[in-house]
Amino acid sequence: MSDHSNHGHDHHGHHHGHDAGGSHGSLKDYTIGFILSVILTAIPFWLVMAKVLPPGTTGYVLMAFAAVQVVVHMIYFLHLNSSAEHGWSMMATIFTVIVLVIMMAGSIWVMYHMNANMMPGMDAGSDALHGAHDMP
Amino acid sequence: MSEFTASNQAEAGNAVGDASRYYVTEHHPENGTLLGFWMYLMSDCLIFACLFATYAVLGRNYAGGPSGAELFDLKLVALNTAFLLVSSITYGFAMLSAHKGFKSKAILWLGVTGVFGLAFLSLEIYEFVHLIHEGAGPQRSGFLTSFFALVGTHGLHVTFGVIWLVTLMFQVGKHGLTVENLRRLTCLSMFWHFLDVIWIGVFTFVYLMGTLP
Repeated sequence: MSDHSNHGHDHHGHHHGHDAGGSHGSLKDYTIGFILSVILTAIPFWLVMAKVLPPGTTGYVLMAFAAVQVVVHMIYFLHLNSSAEHGWSMMATIFTVIVLVIMMAGSIWVMYHMNANMMPGMDAGSDALHGAHDMP
Repeated sequence: MSEFTASNQAEAGNAVGDASRYYVTEHHPENGTLLGFWMYLMSDCLIFACLFATYAVLGRNYAGGPSGAELFDLKLVALNTAFLLVSSITYGFAMLSAHKGFKSKAILWLGVTGVFGLAFLSLEIYEFVHLIHEGAGPQRSGFLTSFFALVGTHGLHVTFGVIWLVTLMFQVGKHGLTVENLRRLTCLSMFWHFLDVIWIGVFTFVYLMGTLP
């Protein structure tokens, strides 16, 4: 790559050319990532379309597959590792994941409890949750 | 790299004269762009997280309207997922070609990626039109509002990704694989693969789990 970037650029082209690459993957990385992604995508679709497992279990299995596939994409396609950008990419990612987990878990937790606690008049007892879900 | 590069630059600086500027800023200007773009992607990730949280809260509020199990055509979604996944690896091939300096090959792979991106968008627009035609538009229920907001935002990102991709095809065609263009290609690479990561969440949480009873 560096000889070509020198063509397009002048005296400091070489160093920049090296930097612009950042941490880019190899053909092997992309191939491994692609094959893993295909497998990790095909199994969830198969589980749902063929109704292999009971719905409750399927939900948890789907989430597990999604989590693994996100990590696969991060490593093999986005080339995230602890040394990229002197570790700052990893730091930003970890920070985002923490904020994301707090926000998602917090919202879902709070909103489901609101649903359960604020509609006692509409349906009796344990039906309160279902009653709340019919709200537009 | 810093020690070696810095001293190199310092020597070059004596020769060129104006390069003391480079000496100061040389540390990682390109990495700065990529890190900055990564920060943007992470903030974009939070936007999607908000939309996912909204969907998680409203996703079963059907208001007597149709549910996901009745609306979603999983074969269509599987095809769409395949389009996006294949476009991810073809973009990878474009990056590999670009780093090796194969200009026309890089443009070709970018073109293939763009075609798969457009195929994804056409299917998604077909799905949206179909839903709205059936009376399951975004105004029908809380579930459909959050569905259109989440999937629509992702589709909008892909649309801009395709526009960016076509722009870069022309840029590379005109100026070649210069340092600037390689940097832009790397940014778009991150953007494109990031959209694929978001789509993992969409097909898992919205389509697959929405179809479960």
